[in-house]
Amino acid sequence: MFLKEYISDVAGALKSLFIGMKRTGYYFTHHKEIITEQYPDNRATLVLPERFRGEVVMTHNENNEHRCTGCTACELACPNGTIKIVTKFDINAEGKKKKAVDKFVYHLELCTMCNLCIQACPTDAIKMAQTFEHSVYDRSLLTKVLNKPDSKLQEGVE
Amino acid sequence: MWSLSKITDIIHSWLTETFNPTWTLIIEMVIVGVGVIGLFAVLGLILVIMERKVSAYMQIRLGPNRVGPKGMMQSMADTVKLLVKEGMTPDGADKFLFNFAPFIAMIVAMLLMAPIAFAKDFQIWDINIGVLYITAISSLNVIAILMAGWSSNNKYSLLGAMRSGAQIVSYELSAGLAILVIVVLTGSLQISDIVAAQANGWWIFKGWLPAWIAFLIFMIAVTAETNRAPFDLSEAESELTGGFHTEYSGMKFALFFLAEYINVFIVCGIGATLFLGGWMPFHIGNWEGFNHVMDYIPSSIWFFGKTFFLIFVIMWFRWTFPRLRIDQLLNLEWKYLLPIGMVNILLVTVIAILKWHF
Repeated sequence: MFLKEYISDVAGALKSLFIGMKRTGYYFTHHKEIITEQYPDNRATLVLPERFRGEVVMTHNENNEHRCTGCTACELACPNGTIKIVTKFDINAEGKKKKAVDKFVYHLELCTMCNLCIQACPTDAIKMAQTFEHSVYDRSLLTKVLNKPDSKLQEGVE
Repeated sequence: MWSLSKITDIIHSWLTETFNPTWTLIIEMVIVGVGVIGLFAVLGLILVIMERKVSAYMQIRLGPNRVGPKGMMQSMADTVKLLVKEGMTPDGADKFLFNFAPFIAMIVAMLLMAPIAFAKDFQIWDINIGVLYITAISSLNVIAILMAGWSSNNKYSLLGAMRSGAQIVSYELSAGLAILVIVVLTGSLQISDIVAAQANGWWIFKGWLPAWIAFLIFMIAVTAETNRAPFDLSEAESELTGGFHTEYSGMKFALFFLAEYINVFIVCGIGATLFLGGWMPFHIGNWEGFNHVMDYIPSSIWFFGKTFFLIFVIMWFRWTFPRLRIDQLLNLEWKYLLPIGMVNILLVTVIAILKWHF
């Protein structure tokens, strides 16, 4: 009884080892799909996954309009003070004062790409971009203003 | 036709004509020494690049691909880097033993080269106890590792060395029993006799079941003896940072690294000699025509082809299997390999006495 178990143990072990070696042997002989990215050489053809988080950007349409209402929900959601929103008061057609974003200041050097600001945004004004080559020689270059100059709030976004 | 033995004969006859016997012997020893060191250097370069390329192919990667065509000069560049690096000696280390240990590892590897038959009639020393010599010398390797681990004055090194000691001492038994199977079948310890006995078929074919079991046990045991994954507990990067060579740098580290690859080559060469016929071409019984065609391939190509095939198999092990735990490692040896090896040697003795093998 013991001997039978012992032999079946050895046979099972050999079989599982053989299965493993078959797998790596298959990879060795079928050298077609290669997962190595030769990064600086393949910059032009580099494809990053959609969910990759490189930096926060604000989307603008062709009329230089963004969707940010300056509600500061992202600033409150940010765990490490990466976002600072400077607001101003616009006077609309009816002569009323209305709060709007003046500068959307984004400190890339503090950002951990946690995605909480994008989830907090009620109007989908900001999103994560796939760019990742962020190295600069001066730290101040990493403090960015996300809304483009002279950009306006898109019509209909509240 | 040119062969390695013919070249050695020409050199030998020229030397005996020119010098007296003493000088001939000294000059021949110098030539052999230089030849062995040259072989070491070439083997180190080839095996390192081979290991890296094989591992890359098995993991769907590219491997080294920047230095030279297809990255083939990478190991050359690494050697230059290691040569110019500073060889540090830690303050708390036992300086003499620390600096001496890598050389012991290399000397053991060099001594093991002596009885290996690289080609027909091309052997440094055809000693009549060749197989015993190999098993005896290869166990000296543990001294170098224990020396390095102890003299480093580092807990990781010491742990790695102790593990390595337990491992090598236990796996030697299985490797020895596997070798004994072939010794029983041949009836001789001399390497040239063992090779000559395989002229009408290699032992792995002629010795059937016991030879296959012995071959399997031998491959597992030598993988453990050379401290290679899945038995690389003595250097286990993830647990011991580097094991016995944690404190080594520069050329002293390179010597340990080189000794590991040379040992792999040697044990594979021995495996090829015992089970796959060494330099003996592939012969099938009495098929004269077929055997004659096979004889046209030089014997050195047969030997190196078989050896590199076995090295590839050991690399295949390394890049497939995960590392064992120390208790699993000793269980495997004492509860599985050793009892199976003992039953196997009984079986082969019966077969040899009753002449059931071919």
